Amino acid sequence: MIALSDYLVFGAILFMVSMAGIFLNRKNVIVLLMSIELLLLAVNTNFIAFSHYLNDVTGQIFVFFILTVAAAEAAIGLAIIVLVFRNRKSINVDELGSLKG
Amino acid sequence: MTFEQFIFYILTTVAALSGLMVISVKNPVKAALWLVLTFVSTAGVWLIAQAEFLGLVLILVYVGAVMVLFLFVVMMLDINVATIKEGFTRYYPLGALTALAIFALIYLVVGPSRFGLEQVSSPMVDEDVSNTLSIAVPLYTTHVFAFILAAVLLLVGIVAAITLTLRRRPPETVLYQNIDKQVKAKSADYFRMVKMDAVKKDADLPEEEKD
Repeated sequence: MIALSDYLVFGAILFMVSMAGIFLNRKNVIVLLMSIELLLLAVNTNFIAFSHYLNDVTGQIFVFFILTVAAAEAAIGLAIIVLVFRNRKSINVDELGSLKG
Repeated sequence: MTFEQFIFYILTTVAALSGLMVISVKNPVKAALWLVLTFVSTAGVWLIAQAEFLGLVLILVYVGAVMVLFLFVVMMLDINVATIKEGFTRYYPLGALTALAIFALIYLVVGPSRFGLEQVSSPMVDEDVSNTLSIAVPLYTTHVFAFILAAVLLLVGIVAAITLTLRRRPPETVLYQNIDKQVKAKSADYFRMVKMDAVKKDADLPEEEKD
């Protein structure tokens, strides 16, 4: 049988990978957004595993809302990236420092 | 090892490896395609956890819509692939260390010592009720306010994305339709009725052509 900890460790591995992606990526904002999507996926996997093992469907409803918010976030994030690229001709993370003050 | 476990470990391995490829390939188009593979295999894991509705929603919404959006944006922007990964090695030790530390912490909390089969036994699942029904009933009763709020959120997302990317070019270069002006237009503004006397056709003919 699959233990609950298997799902949780899988979620932890996905979380670790995507967090490393956020740390290592210094050049491309799009891959940064993809890493954020992976983070949300890892968290959703935890929710679904707990929902399955505790026999409580509320976790799955929460995942449903997280998916909604993530879709809206991806759309707006990509729109912002398109705007940044249109104005600065680059989406290099290191060059986007004008808000630093 | 049961067949279910076998499938589970294959799917998780594929998901973890393709997640690793997402953050390590140079080309963002390839990263998006690896992310699709991660989503599909994770959807399989969700199916094993008997969240059938959400597993299929993940494939339809994420693989079908969000990743296509990503691919469109990646292909629309002209990104110089050669310079993209220059800073990768500089931050490698810090990133790897942080990631491993986070993983160790999470593993200590949720590892097999606390959430193994002895602590949390496999649940008895009611075979008669479909997963879609068991999600739908609380979604439309207990959580209906949050559901409506999610709809409003999606509307805000649409409006925000369109207003951000909509580009009005200066009116000197492009002709725009002015709907207010069109609706308010009266015929009197554009037509002028000219009163003039009727004229005989042969009145202004040259002199020699008469008779």
